[in-house]
Amino acid sequence: MTTALDTRRPGQTAEVPPPPASRRPRILQYNFLGGLTGWIWLVVVLVPIYWIVITSFKLQADYYATNPLVPSSPTLENYRFVLENHFVRYFFNSVIVTLGAVVPAIVVSFMAAYAIVRGSAGSRFLRSVNAIFLMGLAIPLQAVIIPVYLIIIKLQMYDTLGAIILPSIAFAIPLSVLVLSNFVRDIPKELFESMRMDGATEWGTLWRLALPLTRPALVTVTIYQGLQIWNGFLLPLILTQSPEQRTLPLALSAFQGQYNINIPAVLASVVLTTLPILTLYVIGRRQLLSGLTAGFGK
Amino acid sequence: MTIAPPVVRTAPPAASRGARSVSVSWMAWPALFAFTVFGIVPLFGVLVLSFSSWNGLSPNIPFTGLDSWRSVLNDPDLPHALWVTFLIMALSWLAQTPISILLGVFIASHQRYRNWLAVLYFVPLLLSQAAIAITYKALLDPNFGLGAGLGWGFLQQDWLGESKLAVGVVIFVVSWQWIPFHSLIYQGGIRQIPASMYEAAEIDGAGRVRKFFSITLPQLKYTIITSSTLMVVGSLTFFDLIYVLTAGGPGDATRALAVDMYQRGFKANLMGPASVIAVILVLVGLGLALLLRRLGGRDAAESQLEGA
Repeated sequence: MTTALDTRRPGQTAEVPPPPASRRPRILQYNFLGGLTGWIWLVVVLVPIYWIVITSFKLQADYYATNPLVPSSPTLENYRFVLENHFVRYFFNSVIVTLGAVVPAIVVSFMAAYAIVRGSAGSRFLRSVNAIFLMGLAIPLQAVIIPVYLIIIKLQMYDTLGAIILPSIAFAIPLSVLVLSNFVRDIPKELFESMRMDGATEWGTLWRLALPLTRPALVTVTIYQGLQIWNGFLLPLILTQSPEQRTLPLALSAFQGQYNINIPAVLASVVLTTLPILTLYVIGRRQLLSGLTAGFGK
Repeated sequence: MTIAPPVVRTAPPAASRGARSVSVSWMAWPALFAFTVFGIVPLFGVLVLSFSSWNGLSPNIPFTGLDSWRSVLNDPDLPHALWVTFLIMALSWLAQTPISILLGVFIASHQRYRNWLAVLYFVPLLLSQAAIAITYKALLDPNFGLGAGLGWGFLQQDWLGESKLAVGVVIFVVSWQWIPFHSLIYQGGIRQIPASMYEAAEIDGAGRVRKFFSITLPQLKYTIITSSTLMVVGSLTFFDLIYVLTAGGPGDATRALAVDMYQRGFKANLMGPASVIAVILVLVGLGLALLLRRLGGRDAAESQLEGA
């Protein structure tokens, strides 16, 4: 199956001894068309990013007077302007929403994944739970946003950060359960057996056996869901109203609506809100990449 | 204590299994509860609301039978929204698939510099759709954008102000963000093709192009179906990007189903008709997923896992 996690293994073995590497299909080498596409795509990806970064350091007056692809007299003025527009607050809103949703989502998903793997054989209930989550994968958030909005109003949570957190938890669950249960299933039966012999409860086995053995998968799923929620736009747009409750993506869009002529400032806001994720990418590239394809894990 | 194990073993295995599943069942409850409240209930809720004429503000929800359905199905905006959705779906598939396969082939080989190129390719995937939309809105601005600054006439068009150009921009931006993701999927698929197949083809004197079309592409069949399912079903839910980039405009040129639903429900306060659109969205998504699954001839559950 197509998975970043699986493919790395053959990739690594092929890199170590030269003979297997040279036995790679020749189509993958001297591939003119592929190479051309590869380098052109690099330009397509990098030029806008380069333009965002250098422009965000230009004064608005310079921006109109200079070549847009050449950096000139760098200034932090735009960043100061963005920060003055409450972006620190929006940043913390995003942090609260992301942590507040990801942590509970992963904990309950992990518990459910454990229960499904350990109990499905003897429990029709757990088999139906599994089926419900599988079906849940096919429900797009956009399609159910109106009833979610109604429920949030009935819970009297409209225009709070909690209104974003609760549905975010729910929509992180199906995929997390699916990926985590695949990893819990890989734990050898004998280990569970010996835990039972030692008198451990299922709850104890969950934390002392399953948790350490599935840690890489937990990190991957956490990163994937964290990125989804950090970048989420629809829930904040629909479920909040006041500027104080904005998360970063919504704040970006509002900021641009207000200062759309001041392009350097708008781009500084883009850089600033992306910086945390880019930092994470530099630090934990491998985890993040496998996180991005978590849906294909196994 | 030493006598205990035999005593346990005398119990029928089914009973002990049953006892164990009771002792773990409760662990599934919190996840099930959360997903039921915000996933399952809304799924039925949207169907129920499609028979109402709720305005989204008042506390009481008047039920008016099939009125909303009748008004939406007779509205010429619906075929238009379906057409826009289909257009964006088909063109973004056409744009992304060949490039993703070529890039997948390119990054599937193990040279180090290609790994580093791949690292750079993935940066757009980390950005929020709102950030990407804002960037391109600024970049393509005919008066203040990159084209105006460089003085290149070609880049100075009113990209988001003309219907055809705006659809093209949406497709370009979608591809800009998602091609790396799909090329990663293809990279995985290509690396699993056995090298012996290529060796056998070489012995038979097959050239590179021949090998690509006779081995690589057929071997990628399931990868192509997986990637296409994600592209096609995912394109139904493009909302953030279109909303920030064009808000469905100019006019209604990029008003796809999800944007149409938002405009009806949360701008025009017509939650009944908006719910009808949402139901249509679910049905179209399920229909397409089933169709692609049929094409692949694969076990339903299995491709559902991949469809995640």
